[in-house]
Amino acid sequence: MFATAARTTEKTNLRKAEFDHAPRLSGAEILIEALLREGVDTIFGFPGGALIGLYDCFYKNKQLRHLLVTHEQGGAHAADGYARATGKAGVVLVTSGPGATNTVTGIATAFMDSIPLIVLTGQVPSNMIGNDAFQEADILGITRPITKHSFLVRRVDELVETIRQAFHIATTGRPGPVLIDLPKDMLAARTAYFPAGEVDLRGYKPTVRGSLRQLRNAANFLQQAKKPVIYIGGGAILSNASAEVTEFARELNAPVTTTLLGIGAFPETDDLSLGMLGMHGTWYANKAVDECDLLIAIGARFDDRVTGNLEKFSPNSKKMQIDIDPSCIGKNVPVDLPIVGDVKSVLAELNTLIEKCDSEIWLKQVALWKKKHPLRYRKTADGLKPQQVIEELSKATNGEAIIAADVGQHQMWIAQWYKFTQPRSHLSSGGLGTMGFGVPAALGAKIGCPGRTVVGIVGDGGFQMTSMEIATAVRYQIPVKYIIINNGYLGMVRQWQQIFFDKRYSNTYLNPSNPDFKKLAESYGAFSLRVKNLDELHSAFKQMLAIDNRPVVLDVWVSPEENVFPMIPANGSFSDILEGEV
Amino acid sequence: MKHTINLLVENNVGSLLRIAGMFSGRGFNIDSISVGACEEEGLSRMTIVTRGDDEIIEQINKQLNKCINVIKVTDLTQEAFVHRELALIKVHATQAERPEIMQIVEVFRAKIIDLSPGALTIEATGSEDKVDAIISMLRPFGLKTVSRTGRVALKRDFQGNVN
Repeated sequence: MFATAARTTEKTNLRKAEFDHAPRLSGAEILIEALLREGVDTIFGFPGGALIGLYDCFYKNKQLRHLLVTHEQGGAHAADGYARATGKAGVVLVTSGPGATNTVTGIATAFMDSIPLIVLTGQVPSNMIGNDAFQEADILGITRPITKHSFLVRRVDELVETIRQAFHIATTGRPGPVLIDLPKDMLAARTAYFPAGEVDLRGYKPTVRGSLRQLRNAANFLQQAKKPVIYIGGGAILSNASAEVTEFARELNAPVTTTLLGIGAFPETDDLSLGMLGMHGTWYANKAVDECDLLIAIGARFDDRVTGNLEKFSPNSKKMQIDIDPSCIGKNVPVDLPIVGDVKSVLAELNTLIEKCDSEIWLKQVALWKKKHPLRYRKTADGLKPQQVIEELSKATNGEAIIAADVGQHQMWIAQWYKFTQPRSHLSSGGLGTMGFGVPAALGAKIGCPGRTVVGIVGDGGFQMTSMEIATAVRYQIPVKYIIINNGYLGMVRQWQQIFFDKRYSNTYLNPSNPDFKKLAESYGAFSLRVKNLDELHSAFKQMLAIDNRPVVLDVWVSPEENVFPMIPANGSFSDILEGEV
Repeated sequence: MKHTINLLVENNVGSLLRIAGMFSGRGFNIDSISVGACEEEGLSRMTIVTRGDDEIIEQINKQLNKCINVIKVTDLTQEAFVHRELALIKVHATQAERPEIMQIVEVFRAKIIDLSPGALTIEATGSEDKVDAIISMLRPFGLKTVSRTGRVALKRDFQGNVN
């Protein structure tokens, strides 16, 4: 049972001289040293009994910035937002028991979207584990299905190697959350500190480079396409492959559609861009996928919100798929040409092998579709349409802000109407669809990218799930911006009730119980405005973008019963697409 | 189709939980799972018997490979392999019944490993079919307790055709 311990001891013996001369530090001090060595500058946390000794170290050591969040779930989402925006692992630190269980939704969110997260959980002392001690929870057991891996530190000597391994696992291959459970006595115990060596995990060797044979086959395959579509997923962003994706699309001369998480990997201002595909994707992206003869999936996993009915999905195309995770290939859709490898590395090599394919006629057809079936909504004379708010923000920020979405209608409108031009700028809980993600994720992103404008756009429902993190933003004077798309409903559910349940709005009307969001924000110490028309919106954006010393919350009232279109109903196919009534 | 998958796994906290949890979380079947120490210190060998069509088996293999604690995954079904299961069977046995039970034990090349006035404990080894067979032969005498290990398996070294 103590394999890791045995190997560590072996290594320790080899390095005995080093060991003898190393400084003696407590587990808590070692943890901080090891985090700094991993390049961590900020951690999001919340203290408690199991961590009180570690928190004493934060009092003395100011090198590692610890931000006190307001709720542990917010801490996990903030670390996630930080990771999505920066590309570095986000770190969250919480105490045992309820502190740990409060991060579960945040961990699951990161897991579904393959976000590198390090979750440090306090634990009761080793000798009390399993005794139902005060604030004890089997967090390893609870989070097993939603972590890429997890560790329980059993000896303080293991701590350094464990942290190195955790960061290695979280940030390489298909990234994901890794949890380290830290019993209280492990943080107090002292041992010799020396930095961790190279990581060598026998059971973990991700394939980065694509097989040369497959790359040559792929080049051949691509040249034969007459009607290709490139379908980009979050993997392209995770692998920092925007430049390679863009080059690939232009070399091949093929149109590009992105998933919700792929948004930003390819500039939406490019003629080849089709915007998002899937349930609320553009008509023309879905049409192109429906008609194409070759579908090239890059870091995308054929999620059900993309494919709808699998049997009718892109029925006439051959499929090519590039993914670092072999289990993603052929899981939902059979693939004719799979390449296992890192998107950036595979495309860099593939780009040297390919030429333009014969796609001129196809591109003309696609351009025609774009013209005939654009995204659209009907403006109103008096009030604001939610799409309009996003469109105006896109203009006001020149498509260059980082936008963190919450979940629901506004999330889809962001994906449709904000014209993203850069990767790591659209942060959205895609896989898990976590309401409450937006407020803390925007906060984390702003902390990771202080030089950029960061706007959290949330619905009035989701805002209240984590609105307490406004207090965190005020505490550290973080100038993060929030826009509440306030329609007084749980809008996406209401939309489904309208379309599929004959307008029976069961438990989706919030207006009577919503607080005065302006007063709420002001009571936290944020700057806030209420916006009801276009003039007020323009003026509010101006003020919002000028404020640089505290958070801003705009409560924007929009048409209450606006729907998201186009829409392909769940498990439907392109022929079921609803375009709305415009 | 039935598949026998052999795993070499790190013997860490939670290894077994991760593997078993992956099966249940993704809705894969486990017919049997057996685990114990192996030739290398700190590692365990696990034999899992599972069922599914080719796509499911491919996913199972990929998902097992994804577990950080799993060092090697071998689907033995593709190869020649030997497998055994061990069962301990405690059966009611009056003095009069003993000879008949002992005869069954002999035919199945099993062993009697414990004897008491009212019962016999039998150790049987072999394929699941053989273990099933001896259990059904003993059932009429009244089974007290049955404990089975599930399949353990190894690839045959000699993979060629004997003919």
